[in-house]
Amino acid sequence: MARLTIDDLKKVKEKTAKETSLRLGSASIKIMVHMGTCGIAAGARDVMNALMDEMAETDRHDIRVVASGCMGMCSSEPNVTIEADGEEPIVYQLMDANKMRQVFKRHVLLGEVQTDFALAKM
Amino acid sequence: MKELSLHILDVAENGINAGADRIRVSVVEAGKENRLQITIADNGRGIPADLVHHITDPFYTTRTTRRVGLGLSLLKAAAQHCNGAMRVESIEGKGTTIVAEFEYDHIDRAPLGDMSGTLLSLIMGYPDIEFEYSHQVESRRFEMKTMDIKNMFDGRAVSDPDVFRKLRQILQDGFTLLRGPG
Repeated sequence: MARLTIDDLKKVKEKTAKETSLRLGSASIKIMVHMGTCGIAAGARDVMNALMDEMAETDRHDIRVVASGCMGMCSSEPNVTIEADGEEPIVYQLMDANKMRQVFKRHVLLGEVQTDFALAKM
Repeated sequence: MKELSLHILDVAENGINAGADRIRVSVVEAGKENRLQITIADNGRGIPADLVHHITDPFYTTRTTRRVGLGLSLLKAAAQHCNGAMRVESIEGKGTTIVAEFEYDHIDRAPLGDMSGTLLSLIMGYPDIEFEYSHQVESRRFEMKTMDIKNMFDGRAVSDPDVFRKLRQILQDGFTLLRGPG
């Protein structure tokens, strides 16, 4: 029987990595932090940093964080949109680091929409 | 904007919206020459020559969702308030480079601020974009490339907690080094 070479192992690794990334691609929850000029000026970076700290603490791999631009509601920035599979996206308004941590722990991890901070259901 | 690093975050996103897949940011703090220079270069689609002079006009935008575009206008104003200037070099199809210069010890110059937070937000928020960062304070220098970090982890996603923690550590060490002893 042919011996397993380093190259074979590399191929197996690449294949697995590809499959994993495909699986990660279909994240079940997407968190969108709106970071246009207006959002940034209103504190979106602090919100993003708080979110990243929360992400670093969790072992969930089906959550994806993305930055996006202004959505035209500059006066309610920082805005964060949470899109969970099979549910309507929820837009949160006037976010800060603490609200973000609460939304992450409650809405993202447990599925309880935090209506107090919500701007709209899309 | 309260910090120059927020301008950097904002302007870097312009490049991403212009279809860039690589963004290069450089900060040079030359206190002895009383100069602070920020360069943000992207390889996006560039700006047509006849529009370049419009781009710092806050009431000019190609967007249709709203009628104002403030990002670059704000950076230009910030630079001018500090006896500095901002220039835009753009080649259609190749990319755009923004250079902003400030008088280092000008009383109106905003602090650079949380540069680490800006870089982490960019890298995590846009995982498909390659970022290159270089920062010089007098003779000390810190450089990082997201490509190197991704290679270090054999292509694992930056959102992976291990990769994120390593990245945060690299940035923290880099900025500590830049501030020098004492």
